[in-house]
Amino acid sequence: METTKNWNEFILKWLIKFSGYSAIIFVILIFYFLLLAGLPTIREVSLSNLLSTQWYPIENYFGLLPLIGGTIIVTFGAAMFAIPIGLCTAVYISEVSPQSARNYLKPLVEALGGIPSVVLGFLGIMILAPNLRLLLDLPTGLSALAGSILLAGIAIPTIVSIAEDALDSVPRSYRDGALALGATEWQTIWRVTFPAARSGVLTAIMLGIGRAIGETMAVMMITGNAAVLPIKLNSLFHPVRTMTATIAAEMGEVAKNSTHYHVLFFIGLLLFIVSLGINIAASTAMFRQRKRAERILS
Amino acid sequence: MDIISGLREIYKNPNSPASRKNKQKLGFGLLFIATVITIIPIVAIILFIFIKGISAISWEFLTTFPSNGMKEGGIYPAIVGTFYLTIGTALFSVPLGIGAAIYLSEYAPDNRWTRAIRIAIINLAGIPSVVYGLFGLGLFVIFFKLGTSILAGALTLSIMTLPVIISTAEEAIRAVPQSFRVISISVGATRWQTIRRIVLPQSLPGIMTGVILGLERAAGETAPILFTAAVFFLPRLPNSPLDPTMALPYHLFVISTQVPGMPIDIQYGTALVLIIFVLGMNLIATIIRSRARAHRQW
Repeated sequence: METTKNWNEFILKWLIKFSGYSAIIFVILIFYFLLLAGLPTIREVSLSNLLSTQWYPIENYFGLLPLIGGTIIVTFGAAMFAIPIGLCTAVYISEVSPQSARNYLKPLVEALGGIPSVVLGFLGIMILAPNLRLLLDLPTGLSALAGSILLAGIAIPTIVSIAEDALDSVPRSYRDGALALGATEWQTIWRVTFPAARSGVLTAIMLGIGRAIGETMAVMMITGNAAVLPIKLNSLFHPVRTMTATIAAEMGEVAKNSTHYHVLFFIGLLLFIVSLGINIAASTAMFRQRKRAERILS
Repeated sequence: MDIISGLREIYKNPNSPASRKNKQKLGFGLLFIATVITIIPIVAIILFIFIKGISAISWEFLTTFPSNGMKEGGIYPAIVGTFYLTIGTALFSVPLGIGAAIYLSEYAPDNRWTRAIRIAIINLAGIPSVVYGLFGLGLFVIFFKLGTSILAGALTLSIMTLPVIISTAEEAIRAVPQSFRVISISVGATRWQTIRRIVLPQSLPGIMTGVILGLERAAGETAPILFTAAVFFLPRLPNSPLDPTMALPYHLFVISTQVPGMPIDIQYGTALVLIIFVLGMNLIATIIRSRARAHRQW
């Protein structure tokens, strides 16, 4: 009786431990399978081909630059909208709005984060793109700009949610100290509270941009999917194609283990490494803030 | 007029008490505008889809198969498919996620390995959804030979939802006061008995919130099931977990980009059903959370 109980407890403990370590196992597995199917690219496609500006997989042109450029321009555009709007919203919710409004505002913003990206893409096609076309007199509204606007909508909830948490966790005494010295609330926000929360704010920005880089469906539906290197100043108003959209659009049609298949996995590998870099940087910023807060408060 | 004279005062005497007050008013006004820019689209999107989609919703729309190349009929198989995928995802991700949360909050020592687990979880949360699709294709569809199937899709989605479930469940478990555990152990309960009879029941609402938020993400995602589970059209419902399936988000993608001349009301109707599915889950999670806060025993 006593021993079976101990055995149960022993097995459960190991199952729980295994679940805990599963996250590490999955990250390694994902990396392994991307390497397995992505690395043959290096053998099969020459470097000059990969770094060219032409993406015509059917004729064996695998230039990645237009896709990388597409991702960069769309993400950059999204950041231009999402960072100022997201941070101002976070500051408003955390520092200005009355407590009663705060309880509704944050769940509402997080609800936007819950709307499936395919729905945003659908609305983009139905409403955003036609209006942009009329407004800016473009040949098509399906452009990098439309993608940027949608991506901003996807990044904003992440930025607001994390930045608001960071601002909210700045100790009350900081604000009281500044106000007691005669600073206005406005000065307190920007010279005391916001700097004190800056690692959290930085984390919010990085994770928001990370979401924008990785977003697939909305971008695929609205950017027009033209694999052209966006180098001109007005590229924002033309169709582009991102790395994620390329994978999603073409993976369904390629033969397994063809060169095209390997290149698509190679793009996935690049995306994986970028997101790994962003998230490790973001989490070290977060750990650092926690340590600093502990030091100050001890 | 008031704003203009205020601005003039700021320009003339930037540090006078009046202009300090004016600056603050102006600044708060800008923050408020940013918040409005964030909130309005959320409300507008939800209202717009409701208004445009409600006319398409009928008992027939919800319970019949699409016909005439999707242009007529309902979306029954897509609803059922998303339901199956969500249930399948829950089967894998809930035990694993709660196990990992218990490990991290109750067992894990504060060492390098635990930090590695945390970094792995943060990274899993940041990996682009389409990369999960590639991984699912490589591991489940091809390596495990599950083919394009509900099982392969559910497994892929489970790994994607894992970080959401782990982090929310861990937070809920940690919130149970330490004294509850101490008392339970001191009256002779083992560690596992303490977890099962005291800690888990007390943190159940928080855990359920996390589970629902994770599954909400799974239900709305398209990219991970593109190459692992979803098909364009099925004339019948899937018979086994090894069958491919239609799914709401993929169906919305198909009818808004791949089918020319698609009737608009069917498109909005599909978007509405998807939104109700996802935001309904979100609402349930919010209600559980706020009710649990009101009834908390500590």
